[in-house]
Amino acid sequence: MLDYIKSYLDMNATPGQAGNFFWATVYIFVVFGGVSVAVMAMNWLERKALAHFQIRLGPMRVGPHGLLQPIADALKLLTKEDIIPAQADKFVFWIAPLIILCASFTVYIVIPFGPTHAITDLNIGILFMLGVSSLSVLGVVMAGWASNSHYPLIGALRSSAQMVSYEVAMGLAVVSAVLMTSLNKTGTGTLSMIGIVQAQQAQQTWFLFKFFPLGFIAFVVFAIAMVAETNRAPFDLPEAESELTAGFHTEYSGLRWSLFMLGEYAAMIAVSSIAVTLWLGGWMRPFPHLLAGETWDLVFSLFPGFTFLALAVFCFIGVARMPKHPYFRVQTIGLAGFGIVLGLIGLTLFAPPVRDRVFDIYWFCIKVAGFMYLYIWYRATFPRYRFDQLMKVGWKVLLPIAVGVLILTAIMGVIW
Amino acid sequence: MTPVATTFFFYFLSGLAVLGGILVITRRNPVHSALALILTLLAVAGLYLMLYAPFVAGVQIILYVGGIMVLFLFVIMLVNLDRAAKEDQFNKQWLVGMIAAAALLGLFMAVYLKGKYMFPIQEAQLPEQSNVQEVALSLYGNYLFAFEIASLLLLVAIIGAVVMAKKRI
Repeated sequence: MLDYIKSYLDMNATPGQAGNFFWATVYIFVVFGGVSVAVMAMNWLERKALAHFQIRLGPMRVGPHGLLQPIADALKLLTKEDIIPAQADKFVFWIAPLIILCASFTVYIVIPFGPTHAITDLNIGILFMLGVSSLSVLGVVMAGWASNSHYPLIGALRSSAQMVSYEVAMGLAVVSAVLMTSLNKTGTGTLSMIGIVQAQQAQQTWFLFKFFPLGFIAFVVFAIAMVAETNRAPFDLPEAESELTAGFHTEYSGLRWSLFMLGEYAAMIAVSSIAVTLWLGGWMRPFPHLLAGETWDLVFSLFPGFTFLALAVFCFIGVARMPKHPYFRVQTIGLAGFGIVLGLIGLTLFAPPVRDRVFDIYWFCIKVAGFMYLYIWYRATFPRYRFDQLMKVGWKVLLPIAVGVLILTAIMGVIW
Repeated sequence: MTPVATTFFFYFLSGLAVLGGILVITRRNPVHSALALILTLLAVAGLYLMLYAPFVAGVQIILYVGGIMVLFLFVIMLVNLDRAAKEDQFNKQWLVGMIAAAALLGLFMAVYLKGKYMFPIQEAQLPEQSNVQEVALSLYGNYLFAFEIASLLLLVAIIGAVVMAKKRI
């Protein structure tokens, strides 16, 4: 048994490819837990960042700087009464949030956090991700219809129209990136997520800069379409609170509503991971070829540890700035404890065996985190589109651009 | 990696597909029927996976479940469901329907009983690692003409839909 567990470590493959059930289970739990924690952190960060954009403080009461606010919110949602409207279609109402949740979590099977850090690597990786994430439209439609109420129904109609329209532009942008994997005499193309990053490694460029500006335009099309696909501002018409209360999940409360939120944020992280994998070099560190060599490898692999140490330092600054009042004593001790934990994690990440295994994951997560911050930034900056404008952008701007880029990429690939 | 519990998954997925198919024609509510159809399509996608055709399975999910069925639901939600639910579910063409069904059953039985002699038994090849590439090579190589004709048909259908929808072109 122990040999079975240990043998995987030398195999240099994902657990799914190695066929190792133990490590596959471990990876699934780690990814599931990590995504859930990331969603909670994102929830806190979004409220804080939005507040600071609007010159407010945001949550400050629960824990130091509101750090425990997501946990308090989760507890509140769990203990709320579970209401199903009397005229609702019970079964469909019950299953809709589960479909959204399953669809957004299943895609994590193929996301490559590192050359071997994925649950599995599928031959149809990117196709699988697009397909499964398109299932979440069903959840939205079912939720809106089953609520048997006007606002949710309008929200669901808007949402399905929007998601189906933007999926087209998104798919075409993805195809032009997939086309790049097969060019430049690197052999045949691939749809596998790990294969796409390896193609970027082999061609010594991120696809963002490939055939400049073609790769960049495809990336921009995808970046716009993915915001619309996840129903986020400025494309959040399905849940436009000024017109539709809360859109398709107006009638949901408590745990079911929190499942919708969990699914939405998990989907945001998932589509950001697609963008990172296809255009931003996935797990590759910055400048892998310009700054090659042992020394630079060492320098870049120290980043994760230093990041955690920096977070720990921020915690200690927070401790020092806490008001010296008995009322804040518990919070001060808690923040100091959190800082110590972060510092210890940072020190662990400096150890060579840990360092070598983790720094791929670190660079992937940093890139995804950048996208997560962009989502918040969009929400704070852009006014919401009107629905006809949204459709016009989707069909008359993004789609022709995506088709044009696809054709030009194909031509460039032949004549290059 | 070798497949596990193939027999179980085959019967499980086939059972789901058949169950979904039965639900499609027995539910009074069209939305429930559409949801049951989605169940069937997903089960069939699973069967494609078992046949070492991951590309077909992925396309099945993207096109049928993510695209076509969403449009189905979209249309169903726009029509008046209360009136539709009261209308007669089974129309008067049951005799023709029975004959067609019996003919189909006969065909299936014939294949099931005689198929072993009509088609050569081959060991299944496992092109799992390059399934997409194989499909692409046949589509754009041997079957390019058929592929182009199919896309032309789709184009004609799109133009027809636009002509019907627009009053003034």
